[in-house]
Amino acid sequence: MAEPLIVQVLVSPERITRFSAAEWDLLMRQAKAANLLAHLHQVLQDRVLGDGIPEGPAHHLRAANLITQRSVLAVRWEISQLQEALYSLAIPIVLLKGAAYVMADLPISRGRLFHDIDILVPRSAVEDVEKRLLTWGWRTTPGSAYDQRYYRTWMHEIPPMRHIKRQTVLDIHHSILPLTARLKPDPQKLLAQATNDGGQGDLYWLCDLDLILHSATHLFHDGELEHGLRDLVDIAELLRHFAGRAGFWPALCDRAQEMDLVRPLIYGLRYVQLLLAVDIPDDVTLWMRDRLPGSLLDSTMDSLFLRALRPDHASCGMWGTGLARWALYVRSHYLRMPLKLLIPHLVRKALTGEDEGELPGEVQRFIANNPRNRDPG
Amino acid sequence: MKVADLSQRDMAGLLTGKGLPIQIGPFWINLHSTIPDLLRHVTFFYAGYETTESARFFDFHITLKNAGGLRRWVKPQVHFLLDEYAPFKPLPYIHAFAMFEWGLNWCIATTAHRYLIIHAAVLEKAGRGVIMPGVPGSGKSTLCAAMALRGWRLLSDEMVLLDPATREITPVPRPVSLKNESIGIIRDFSATAEIGPAAEDTAKGTVAHLKPSETSIRLARATSRPHAIVFPKYQADSRTRLTEKAKNSALLEIQENAFNTHILGKVGFESATSLINGCPVFSLEYSQLEEALPIMERLVADSEVPA
Repeated sequence: MAEPLIVQVLVSPERITRFSAAEWDLLMRQAKAANLLAHLHQVLQDRVLGDGIPEGPAHHLRAANLITQRSVLAVRWEISQLQEALYSLAIPIVLLKGAAYVMADLPISRGRLFHDIDILVPRSAVEDVEKRLLTWGWRTTPGSAYDQRYYRTWMHEIPPMRHIKRQTVLDIHHSILPLTARLKPDPQKLLAQATNDGGQGDLYWLCDLDLILHSATHLFHDGELEHGLRDLVDIAELLRHFAGRAGFWPALCDRAQEMDLVRPLIYGLRYVQLLLAVDIPDDVTLWMRDRLPGSLLDSTMDSLFLRALRPDHASCGMWGTGLARWALYVRSHYLRMPLKLLIPHLVRKALTGEDEGELPGEVQRFIANNPRNRDPG
Repeated sequence: MKVADLSQRDMAGLLTGKGLPIQIGPFWINLHSTIPDLLRHVTFFYAGYETTESARFFDFHITLKNAGGLRRWVKPQVHFLLDEYAPFKPLPYIHAFAMFEWGLNWCIATTAHRYLIIHAAVLEKAGRGVIMPGVPGSGKSTLCAAMALRGWRLLSDEMVLLDPATREITPVPRPVSLKNESIGIIRDFSATAEIGPAAEDTAKGTVAHLKPSETSIRLARATSRPHAIVFPKYQADSRTRLTEKAKNSALLEIQENAFNTHILGKVGFESATSLINGCPVFSLEYSQLEEALPIMERLVADSEVPA
């Protein structure tokens, strides 16, 4: 089957010079659905292909770029507010994901939209952080008592907090996977390697290697597939940015081993190579093969992920896309908690008939992305 | 090729099939809909707009469709989709055409950042544009509709698309949205006003649309220069009064009425400032359209307007 146009263009941007009007139309729709419009703008500018973009799409790409620029400013402002609120606690605040990309000034932050701010703090400090943020205008988002307990007992984060004035959402993590998950990355090790490029204060972000590992873990072990391609692009761009550094690849593999995140890294590398044509050195491929699950499991995962990672747009749907997303959603839950916890959790959610407003975020997003009555085409 | 050149059957076929292309000002939309009300709305209001048979890039792929399942029969609802994304909650079925117009406003306001987008009506006479910002209830739309019916060219009843570089306004002529009492006022004002059916009990009360003149639609690609800014204020039983308005407060109000100053930042601020500095700014208090209209005429006739 042919790859979606957006994937083709991310791999070979110069393709756009031969695009018809209809192809431009489809490319823009796919890029928008995948939340990759601003990134596409960046890629085409970096390759000096701007002159090959027709006027109509060019307006939309420039608008997406403007929105991203504003969103970077907003993230910086939000982080400064957070710093001010938490200053006197004298604990390390470690930025994750988008906020980290902005503060580390990584190229990927130039073409990316930001929604929530994610931070990692020592588990022992979570309560103090939460209390302090309450006095600075953040509020815990409402949820049922069950959700609250679910988050606080089993999860790697507390329920999201929202600022009452700015309406910005903050996710406070004390680990990067649920406490019940099969993989056990030690958050102390993440905190210990966090960096701030020699800056002042208690504000840090994950070190380069951990940024990559976290991104892969989030995508492949946390069930967050609704922006699968966008997240895969993050991994690809991080790899491309850091890969030139001496000793990068062995360091990445060693760190994955140390953090118990070999499996998500292998998936990340496999699919950035397969879908986005990122160069993976031969010795790393060998390292992956040594640790790859059996070939049957491998082809099963390929058929699931290669479906689920396509943009969430009708033009990219193929036979079994919905099923693949569902299977991976179930898998992510299975990876997050043992069945003896998972089954009562899902049964309770089904029986209490709690409305969607009270379901955990990932369930709501799953439902939203997979409407039962979706019309084909 | 105009929408009117299509047979009713072809138009219905396109709307329910691969989509009906319509050029609305600087934007091309591709409209899908299975809702008969919307077919009537498009036939009535958009007949004079350009369409095309060739494949092209569309700014917005818009779909209006019924909610599925039981909702098809019990309290039927309509969904607005931008491509496949639903930015709004569904509305009652009978509000489909109002939802299309509002939804399209939202599409433009969240995307067309090549312009400073100001929430205001804008009309032109003798090549001179008049911008009328106004909060709901200010009588902006009523005055706008009355002017459009007296030979002014309608650029928009909702949004000024101001190019920060050229300072020209790009028209996006659409049906003028009339609310509640304005519908009756405009019917009484002009026997020839072409007004569509009313949607009752919407979030904005009863809504009906006035069809823009053929000239306004035909000249949709001709930009206009702002000549004056008038903040209308309908006040029952008031005397009609045009007063000069302080530029600093006008600038603040323009900024508050703009949809995308937070996106445009400095460029947006500068273009709002140059707009305010480049034209005289007035407040117009009125209760009678017949008294307000001659004042608007004088504004564009008088070459000695203070800047």
